[in-house]
Amino acid sequence: MSFINYLSREINCKIVYYGPGLCGKTTNLQYIYNKTNPEAKGKMISLATETERTLFFDFLPLALGEIRGFKTRFHLYTVPGQVFYDASRKLILKGVDGVVFVADSQIARTEANIESMENLRTNLAEQGYSLDKLPYVVQYNKRDMPHVAPVEELRALLNPAGVPDFEAVATQGEGVFETLKAVAKLVLTELKRGTK
Amino acid sequence: MTDPQMVMYEEEFNQIQAIVERLVRESNARVVFIIDKNGQLIAAAGETEQLDATSLASLTAGNVAATGGMAKLLRESEFTTQFHEGERQNIHIQLVGNRVILVVIFDNKTSLGLVRLRVKKASEELNRIFEALLAKVRDGAETPFAEITDDDIDNLFND
Ligand SMILES: Nc1nc2c(ncn2[C@@H]2O[C@H](COP(=O)(O)OP(=O)(O)OP(=O)(O)O)[C@@H](O)[C@H]2O)c(=O)[nH]1
Ligand SMILES: [Mg+2]
Repeated sequence: MSFINYLSREINCKIVYYGPGLCGKTTNLQYIYNKTNPEAKGKMISLATETERTLFFDFLPLALGEIRGFKTRFHLYTVPGQVFYDASRKLILKGVDGVVFVADSQIARTEANIESMENLRTNLAEQGYSLDKLPYVVQYNKRDMPHVAPVEELRALLNPAGVPDFEAVATQGEGVFETLKAVAKLVLTELKRGTK
Repeated sequence: MTDPQMVMYEEEFNQIQAIVERLVRESNARVVFIIDKNGQLIAAAGETEQLDATSLASLTAGNVAATGGMAKLLRESEFTTQFHEGERQNIHIQLVGNRVILVVIFDNKTSLGLVRLRVKKASEELNRIFEALLAKVRDGAETPFAEITDDDIDNLFND
């Protein structure tokens, strides 16, 4: 649920990075944080375990620029990917405007990807959202790993609807901004459409 | 979507800001701020320069969301108040009308009793303002985004 402030002339949107454990959600945000000008970003907050697994969420506020005199601000969140943190994932999805599904391209993670995608659908439905109506994009991450599934295969499994999708190596930043821009664009387009 | 869009206009903002400023004075608090349940900052007053309000807003919203999750498990509708006591500073968190969150940060210049009392009055007033604001939004107030073009959106990314 975006927030339009006529006073400060700002529009705020919430984007959630979803996906199985260790697929690289936090790495996406870290790369964005490291490559963004100081004036365009706030502090990045990571609520993580001692082994750097996301415990509750990562948060990164980002300013993208102006549209018709309104500053566009995006709040990026990641969910904890580990299966048993499901209750927390549901909370982070509240009020979401756009979703990035980060898949782990490694063949060994095929099942984890599918499970996480199903979990995303279930959790969205619980809150009255439908993934098919929500702005969302898919990222096939870890393309640099030795045993990865072909993109066509991942696409067939995880993106039958054919939303914008991107190959990525988040640790090196490959595909990271492409993914972010695509989802931001979909969110803004939806805002425009949602206003009769 | 499940919730109506959150929108803030000058008229309502001024009313909200006045309440927040009064609350700082009447409760002797350091800082008071209001955020929505998604962690967006709506208004703030007091010694705000010394605070990272954006971070605090997101963490408070996460905290309230987690507490709300616990309430659900216990079949409580919601824990509407939270209080965190520190050595020098304390945080009082109040859910207002199940939609926005009123946060008061205070030190030993005041007392929990006084803060509670003032928060109670302020939340009733705030609740009325937000109800009216939401009704206005539901009635379809126009947004600036109806007129943007695909080019406007593309231009945002051409740098
Ligand atoms: N080789 C390679 N490693 C990556 C890539 N992206 C992330 N990693 C590594 O994978 C590990 C997990 O990354 P995170 O970003 O913490 O994963 P996450 O999705 O946030 O995991 P959870 O918080 O448990 O849900 C880290 O060691 C990253 O450095 C990638 O594209 N290639
Ligand atoms: Mg993580």
